Amino acid sequence: MAWDWQVYCKDTVDGTAVPGCFGTGDSYTYLNWMLSAWGWTISVSLCALAVALVVGSIVGIVRTLPDKPWLVRLGNAWVELFRNIPLLVQIFLWYFVVPAMVPPMRDFPPFVLVVLALGLFTSARIAEQVRSGIQALPKGQRYAGMAMGFTTPQYYRYVILPMAYRIILPPLTSESMNIFKNSSVAFAVSIAELTQFYLQAGEETSRNMEIYLGVVALYVISALVINRIMAYIEKRARVPGFVAAGGAGGH
Amino acid sequence: MAHLDFALFNWDVVTGFILKGLYFSLFLTAVATLGGIFFGTLLALMRLSGKKWLDLPAAIYVNGMRSIPLVMVILGFFLLVPYVIGRPIGAEYSAIITFIAFEAAYFSEIMRAGIQSIPRGQVFAGQAVGMTYRQNMTLVILPQAFRNMLPVLLTQTIILFQDTSLVYAIGAYDLLKGFETAGKNMGRPVESYLLAAVLYFIICFALSYMVKQLHKKIAIIR
Repeated sequence: MAWDWQVYCKDTVDGTAVPGCFGTGDSYTYLNWMLSAWGWTISVSLCALAVALVVGSIVGIVRTLPDKPWLVRLGNAWVELFRNIPLLVQIFLWYFVVPAMVPPMRDFPPFVLVVLALGLFTSARIAEQVRSGIQALPKGQRYAGMAMGFTTPQYYRYVILPMAYRIILPPLTSESMNIFKNSSVAFAVSIAELTQFYLQAGEETSRNMEIYLGVVALYVISALVINRIMAYIEKRARVPGFVAAGGAGGH
Repeated sequence: MAHLDFALFNWDVVTGFILKGLYFSLFLTAVATLGGIFFGTLLALMRLSGKKWLDLPAAIYVNGMRSIPLVMVILGFFLLVPYVIGRPIGAEYSAIITFIAFEAAYFSEIMRAGIQSIPRGQVFAGQAVGMTYRQNMTLVILPQAFRNMLPVLLTQTIILFQDTSLVYAIGAYDLLKGFETAGKNMGRPVESYLLAAVLYFIICFALSYMVKQLHKKIAIIR
């Protein structure tokens, strides 16, 4: 089988090779398309990561609150609900079922629905990590905060959370890498991201191998970049003499 | 609020569309778990062999698989396997090969941690009574590693069951596809996806509850 990397330089409409591979003006090459698809993958992933971090932190914190049994149960139910349904099914739920049940959501663009699906799916995993990070701290930290006369929000903000987030940075790193991988599932509802690009461009050009390797390379690069960014954050946030415990990731 | 109508999902629909998909999802999960644990253990042994020419290929394979999204792996095998064996294969066979190959990478990391969790003294004790490397592994180390890792292996199996829904990408007929086909044929896609979510939830929730109980039981014995 012969390689034909020229495929990336071809125009998406008439199939002629464009010099320099980047289309200018009215021509648009497969390389242009792939970079745009990469942009969609990155946007979906980063927006979902933001949703997951906010919701996951709230749910995770709620699950450790003292004397609030109903909030704890609600938090546990949230985690079980979003952890035990496959991501693809959740995306279909957000895309087909929720708009049918909640009429105002009918006008939401697919991008928002996919971000919600991926974000809430990941929020359950982040909530679990936040909870275990908080519970990994010695009870004395909490009591020390109380003894200082802090209110509950105060000792969470100034005593518990700064240490808990440092503990869970390694599992958060693998979760942020997972979110990039999981964003590929958005192809099922026609978001123009990398997997969707592979399916369409592969079909149009019949050069599946070349397109496949390009797409996989971009996924790997994305994961590496996220990994380096998180490693940098971990290094900058490190407290001398305090060794953070590792955690396991999923996929 | 749309009007939901589940009346169309009678026993005929279940036997006609959904059971076939459920069987395939469960079959794929079982085959991929057994095959994945088998090849994953081999990969873990390669990585712990201390020999560079065994360690390096295994490390590249495992880390490569773990950095590519599963959907792309499924699509990649669907593209690649026909080239290798010279003729097209069905989506179902392709899915089985893909999941064994993919899960082997994840199970190998679990088994590696499991083998490393066994105290070195156990290895030395095996060597001291004159066991070969093979005897030492199969009779002393691996049984303990499997036992230690059982809850993690089962949790991975639940994730695997959820992941089987991704064979949607190559059109294999799994549980989700069964619900989708039923929904399309009955003109009730909304109810169909909702029921699919409920069924997946019940199965996965029950399984993870059982794993939790098992974990407690094992923890007490130890």
